Amino acid sequence: MLMRLFSGDAPRSRVLTVLLVVTALGLALAPFILQGAKPLNVAAKICVFIVLVASFDLLLGYTGIVSFAHTMFFGIGAYGVAIALTRMGPNWGALAAGIAGSLALSLLLSLLIGLFSLRVRAIFYAMITLAVASAFQTLASQLSDFTGGEDGLNFKLPEVLTPGFSLSETPFLGVSLDGKLISYYLVFFASVVLFLLMLRVVNSPFGRVLQAIRENDFRAEALGYRTVVYRTLSNVLSAGFATLAGTLLALWLRYNGPDTSLSFEIMIDILLMVVIGGMGTMYGAVLGAALFIVAQNYLQDLMRLGSEALAGAGATTLANLIHPDRWLLWLGVLFILSVYYFPTGIVGRLRKS
Amino acid sequence: MSTPAPPILLANEALPKAHLDRLPLLLAPALALLALPLIGSFPTWVTLTVAGLAMGMIIFIIASGLTLVFGLMDILNFGHGVFIALGAFLATAVLGSMADWTASTSLLVNLLAVLPAMIVAMGVAGAVGYAFERLIIRPVYGQHLKQILITMGGMIVGEELIKVIWGPQQIPLPLPGGFKGALLLGEAAVEKYRLVAVVIGLLVFAAMFWVLARTKLGLLIRAGVQDREMVESLGYRIERLFIGVFVAGSALAGLGGVMWGLYQQNVTPQMGAQVNVLIFIVIIIGGLGSTGGCFIGALLVGLLANYTGFLAPKVALFSNIGLMVLILLWRPQGLYPVAKR
Repeated sequence: MLMRLFSGDAPRSRVLTVLLVVTALGLALAPFILQGAKPLNVAAKICVFIVLVASFDLLLGYTGIVSFAHTMFFGIGAYGVAIALTRMGPNWGALAAGIAGSLALSLLLSLLIGLFSLRVRAIFYAMITLAVASAFQTLASQLSDFTGGEDGLNFKLPEVLTPGFSLSETPFLGVSLDGKLISYYLVFFASVVLFLLMLRVVNSPFGRVLQAIRENDFRAEALGYRTVVYRTLSNVLSAGFATLAGTLLALWLRYNGPDTSLSFEIMIDILLMVVIGGMGTMYGAVLGAALFIVAQNYLQDLMRLGSEALAGAGATTLANLIHPDRWLLWLGVLFILSVYYFPTGIVGRLRKS
Repeated sequence: MSTPAPPILLANEALPKAHLDRLPLLLAPALALLALPLIGSFPTWVTLTVAGLAMGMIIFIIASGLTLVFGLMDILNFGHGVFIALGAFLATAVLGSMADWTASTSLLVNLLAVLPAMIVAMGVAGAVGYAFERLIIRPVYGQHLKQILITMGGMIVGEELIKVIWGPQQIPLPLPGGFKGALLLGEAAVEKYRLVAVVIGLLVFAAMFWVLARTKLGLLIRAGVQDREMVESLGYRIERLFIGVFVAGSALAGLGGVMWGLYQQNVTPQMGAQVNVLIFIVIIIGGLGSTGGCFIGALLVGLLANYTGFLAPKVALFSNIGLMVLILLWRPQGLYPVAKR
């Protein structure tokens, strides 16, 4: 039963299993074991990013295609929900319309980009997506009547999901059963389902063909698989999952703007998470996203302490190097080192040992 | 099987002339002529055309190295933007330390201030390019996926290092006194700096054309772009050639960065990533690996950006993508497809 749920793709390493169980339990029980708003925000963000990173891994790790337009699809999902709920009011119909509309747009767009540029080489696709994504970002900030421009959109959710809504008067295990809790679990379970779906996709015969294309596209073509079709399908699927991750993010934040879902910084973050977690393994997405986001939120505090201590001691250059705003520098170095020395990331390392 | 025998060249017969594809050459003039009736006023058109040519020249200076590197070694450097930003920030440092000379309104004194800035930018960018090639790109020769990832990683680290040294904020890079203002050509006002940029761009293009077309080094580079293995089997070390081209390309990106910074009159650490998008579009339009195509592509992008910026500012933001799509629909491999790619 359990193996069927994981599509026969077990973690295959004791340490990895423990880490995954700890992450899953931590996320499942987050509202009960963590106090305060910030930890819950971090937990929800991890859920969303696990889906987003896994969908990118479907493309990068399993099919061997580098795309820089992944945040575009993420952003379409988030904007779809935001725009629909702003325009049509806080009801479930608007939410469904937002999700359906953004999914349709993403699938169409990814199909077009795929057909246009996946015929040629991987490098070409990387460049084209970079250009398209930057144009889309400009478009989103230009259509300010529609998207709220740089300020973004604040919107209301259906009543059940608002913090004001209360399921019962008496708190359960010391946690009040309000709309915030319900929306956390909505995000959590949606992420679990989407993740298991993607696990199913990569472990299906279709997923095997994708991996064959990654390893040797010429040979896959010679075996009779139309690589263009498979590549395009993988692109469309991955865009679809990214869009759904975007809708979850918008649901959780009750806000969307260019910086939360569209910016190139997020694209870089996703890239780092996939590579550090482990390309070509769905579990890498879980560990990569969890580690990265925890580091993003808590490592910077540590760096601030170190930086202030060094600045106090008079070493300004050193202090600048570990200034909390420079944390991307160190992750970039880690990224380069991991591409060289352990291209299969944390998960690959754990499975080997 | 009777296949026609290939024509045999006699010793005294001249080599057959390479077929020159003239059609793309007409694109830039055609675009300029097309814009004239749309804009309506001739002086405005002159102003816009000079601005477009200046922008195109700067983009060409930046992009030429990237396309040659790709043509020669099949390596696409996503970190190229770092050298642009590096050049621009070095210019702020050098020009900032020569405030007396840049404040002067004499063009000669100004040039004496800008020239060292350019030389420093080219030197440092070239040296950093050498280190970048050895440390970051060399271990992943021939592995495309890793190349994209690793050069992107290099870009992240480079941008953060620039922030460590110069701080994350935008730094103004004012034009030297003599470059400010405009010249009146008839009724058309043409900014002086744009003329300077066009002249420098033409000089770089001429020098590059001369090296590539008239020297043995250039012959080897062009041959390497066509067929690397053949050149290697004739006993030339293409790898050394490649490092040379990479360093030169980085130096040119540094020079382009200085010029781009002066063109925008400010520099930010993110400028590299922004310009990167532009130059990718240019080298895709030109045909990956083709210098001539890169030149035409750069001019087209520069001209179109200025024309649409005047006619329909909202459309201007997407004119590059539209141009790229049109060109690729016409020629899917770019204006001048390089053999075997």
